[in-house]
Amino acid sequence: MKELKLMKGNEAIAEAAIRAGADAYFGYPITPQSEILEYLMAEKPWEQTGMVVLQAESEVAAINMVYAAAACGKRTLTSSSSPGISLKMEGISYIAGSELPCVIVNVVRGGPGLGTIQPSQSDYFQATKGGGHGDYRMLVLAPASVQEMCDFVPLGFELAFKYRNPVMILTDGVIGQMMEKVELFEPQARLTQEEIIKNTPWATTGRTPDRERNIITSLYLDPYVQEKHVCDLRDKYIRMEAEDVRFEEIATEDAEYILVAFGSSARICQKSIDMARAKGIKVGLLRPITLFPFPSERISELADQVKGFLVVEMNLGQMVEDVRLAVNGKNKVEYFGRFGGVIPNPDEVLTALIQKIIGG
Amino acid sequence: MLTREDIIKEENLVYKRTSLLTPKALSYCPGCGHGTVHRLIMEVVEEMGIQAETIGIAPVGCSVLAYEFLEVDMQQAAHGRAPAVATGVKRVMPEKYVFTYQGDGDLAAIGTAETIHACNRGENISIFFVNNGIYGMTGGQMAPTTLPGMKASTCPYGRDVKMMGNPLKITELVAQLPGVRYVTRQAVHTPSAVRKAKKAIRIAFENQKLDKGLSFVEFVSNCNSGWKMTPVQSNVWMEENMFPFYPLGDIKLPVE
Amino acid sequence: MAKVKGTLVIDIERCKGCEICIGACPASVLSMSKLVNKKGYRYAVEVTEGCTGCVNCAIVCPDGAISVYRVKTNE
Repeated sequence: MKELKLMKGNEAIAEAAIRAGADAYFGYPITPQSEILEYLMAEKPWEQTGMVVLQAESEVAAINMVYAAAACGKRTLTSSSSPGISLKMEGISYIAGSELPCVIVNVVRGGPGLGTIQPSQSDYFQATKGGGHGDYRMLVLAPASVQEMCDFVPLGFELAFKYRNPVMILTDGVIGQMMEKVELFEPQARLTQEEIIKNTPWATTGRTPDRERNIITSLYLDPYVQEKHVCDLRDKYIRMEAEDVRFEEIATEDAEYILVAFGSSARICQKSIDMARAKGIKVGLLRPITLFPFPSERISELADQVKGFLVVEMNLGQMVEDVRLAVNGKNKVEYFGRFGGVIPNPDEVLTALIQKIIGG
Repeated sequence: MLTREDIIKEENLVYKRTSLLTPKALSYCPGCGHGTVHRLIMEVVEEMGIQAETIGIAPVGCSVLAYEFLEVDMQQAAHGRAPAVATGVKRVMPEKYVFTYQGDGDLAAIGTAETIHACNRGENISIFFVNNGIYGMTGGQMAPTTLPGMKASTCPYGRDVKMMGNPLKITELVAQLPGVRYVTRQAVHTPSAVRKAKKAIRIAFENQKLDKGLSFVEFVSNCNSGWKMTPVQSNVWMEENMFPFYPLGDIKLPVE
Repeated sequence: MAKVKGTLVIDIERCKGCEICIGACPASVLSMSKLVNKKGYRYAVEVTEGCTGCVNCAIVCPDGAISVYRVKTNE
């Protein structure tokens, strides 16, 4: 029997964490994502599943608690919003450098600086190009609905453990705050300690006589060892690009022009497509779901079929660079965006498509 | 007449290096207290038989390489974050013994908030804090616990209280917090100090069985290379200058 | 009267010549060697007989370089 519920995006993340068998969530208040911590505290999952929920003294402390729980082989996550995610970047670099699995939710708000609490997508670079120091990437999932907010939590854990790498769910205040119908998946049990020791033999579960001690570190003082370690990280990212690119296409079969947009912007573009087609303009949408690994291959293929791309995003133009890289000069790529917390409306997108791409 | 060879027999062995220290040569400067504190912690873990139950958290600083020497599962924490890391471990594995091993820069400068809040939450962990009044690993810079007038590479004319404020008595600070059960300040430069320090470490671990609050053990220690003295001189200087400002002894005992 | 006699085995390659054990020995048994170990440190050596196996030197050694043996004797 399907379990349907009307939920906020943020609440869907929290409920999904419990159902995905998470062991621990470490949070800190920041608009527009505080509902995640509030929901978990109200649900008291520690009484049903034993899941730990803790409010830390700062985002810095929270991400280091995530580091610790992940190093114990546990399913752990945290969430924050732009300024808080910047505070977590050192910890995320350590998590990537120590090859630890975890999920980090960024409900993006307008920036830079204290910015605004209104929705934005201006953390795209930060999320997809590493964000912290050193050669590493996060696998980044971009939900465009409350359903995907729910579904991407277990998916995030699965990918995090598959690659032993942090996975970011990059969403924004629109999807975090709006309510939609959600189909909730069957709850998964938390892993037992025996399963953890078997699945993640590298975890610090206690140095028993049958094995060497386990050390979780990102420190490799010998540069040749560090270089080899970074090569191993690189191989993971190559594998992500080969195996785990995700995207959605809408009306691209006969499209002469393609809109490229993720998350909330993709929803707005769908309306623009209807308006365009009503005018006889054949427009389609390519919606990246993984922002890293980026769907470059598919965009390159589309570049041979269409007359141009308009990248629509709530920032100054960040994903447009990755689209240009993918198209590699074969075709026209332009950008349109509102930012600082302003959300574009569909006809603005259509106007921009006509002026910047179609011309005339 | 008993010869040396007669005495050196297995049954006559009364002391040797604990097997819970790895064979690796310690990276610390000659005479540095870190080596002794490492050894005492591992002797206590061995005597309590909790090697398989203990998780250590190493900081950034001279003891950043602690996990090369301690024969238990360990995690390396970012600079100052060990108390938060220890919180994370203890919360998801409450049955384990969890300790942090930190220096004064790590614990009382960049990690002040993590220290205060782990203590305030009364995390059921043990914090081992080596205070040598300087940033040793990076070459002898001024630390939060550097004494007034004490020279360091970033206060070459001596710490100027007008510019940098007074040394931070973090141990007395955390003792104010109800969540903290046991606070003591020890040293490891003489046999009697070492014996007392080892008892303190033992209490700090035993407290974790009771789950009645955090244990905080400070070790006032020397930094001969940072203070630019011989090891023996540095211990004398420590007694004459550090101990008056950081008096040894128990600061907070559990009231039963 | 039963007397206690002790002696040390010092891992001279582990010793860094910090000399802290010398002052810790109540019987002033220890002194620095004339030779140096592989790392160029002088190391602690027993120079007199008076060791009683009290382990003072061993427990202050930051590098855990000293093992102590002790036996009761009626000499």
